[in-house]
Amino acid sequence: MNEYLLLLLSTALVNNVVLVKFLGLCPFMGVSKKMDSALGMGMATTFVLTLATAASWMLEHWLLAPLGIEYLRILAFILVIAAVVQFTEMAIRKASPSLYQVLGIYLPLITTNCAVLGLALLNVQEKHAFVESLLYGFGSALGFTLVMVLFAGLRERLALAQVPATMNGAPAGFILAGLLSLAFMGFAGLANH
Amino acid sequence: MLAAVVSLTALGASLGLMLGVAARKLRVEGNPLAAELEAMMPGSQCGQCGFPGCAGAANALAEGSAPVTLCPPGGRDLAVALAAKLGIEADLSGVKDSGPLVAEVQEDICIGCTRCYKVCPTDAIMGAAKHIHAVFREACTACGKCVEACPTEATRLVPVPVTLQSWYWPKPGSNPVSTALAA
Repeated sequence: MNEYLLLLLSTALVNNVVLVKFLGLCPFMGVSKKMDSALGMGMATTFVLTLATAASWMLEHWLLAPLGIEYLRILAFILVIAAVVQFTEMAIRKASPSLYQVLGIYLPLITTNCAVLGLALLNVQEKHAFVESLLYGFGSALGFTLVMVLFAGLRERLALAQVPATMNGAPAGFILAGLLSLAFMGFAGLANH
Repeated sequence: MLAAVVSLTALGASLGLMLGVAARKLRVEGNPLAAELEAMMPGSQCGQCGFPGCAGAANALAEGSAPVTLCPPGGRDLAVALAAKLGIEADLSGVKDSGPLVAEVQEDICIGCTRCYKVCPTDAIMGAAKHIHAVFREACTACGKCVEACPTEATRLVPVPVTLQSWYWPKPGSNPVSTALAA
């Protein structure tokens, strides 16, 4: 139990998927202008990431490895991820039309969010068992959501600040992302205790 | 080789089937009236009605919260058609119908800034930076966005020019001269 909690904490904070592994930067910069949409995006990605890591574990251990066709891993994983994203899109459209409109184009783009594929591949590389991979995906997604919300909050404040014209908008956003990444490096100290 | 082909095909087919079933189960029932109204509108999403695109305007019309005369590019004809569809009387007093219009670029004052070209919702303006722009009349819906965007007032809306291809015999009664003679 303790081990699982540690894994969750480590993936969410210490090895944060966005700020330490630098995966999934497209929605990180793209959907982080408003707190609401950032939170919605985080939730949707959490759903997809958890389902996709579970599905890709099953695919790897029940289909690809027994048949000896591991070289098709990326192709098969992308197939499963695309299907899960489509399903999520339908579910969100049914459950919350307003969130569906807010997320817009970024919802289908979760398919190409490299964090989703990257985590599924990392799971195989690190030879995680089923529950471990599920927690690995879920913890990373929690970290992703946390960072999205933090960054959206920072950008909302930055929008009100006086920024020199050359640095306004995306450049200031990139510097902010760098500073946030530096701050998250502090969590590396947790690993030593 | 065979195992790879068969397994991936089976995987793709089963996922597709699953998504198909999910699409049936999770289908969102839109308002069929709004869909029909949207099909009647120009569809250029110009936003002059104040709604986010033609779909938003069609929803408002279906709810009855917007007048049928809301669409400037649609003009009088669209207002009459929408009123007939909704089964209500159209109040056409506020509609100024100048007949079908089309955008035109006055070439002697066009500076080639590409602003009209960027705002056109139907890609009806052709041009490049520092080159004179021109309008594809077939694609133009006369939404007027280019008129607002032009810094030199080179774009304007003009009545569709009559050519041998576009001239047609006026309907009896629509011609002021023939009605005056009949009276």
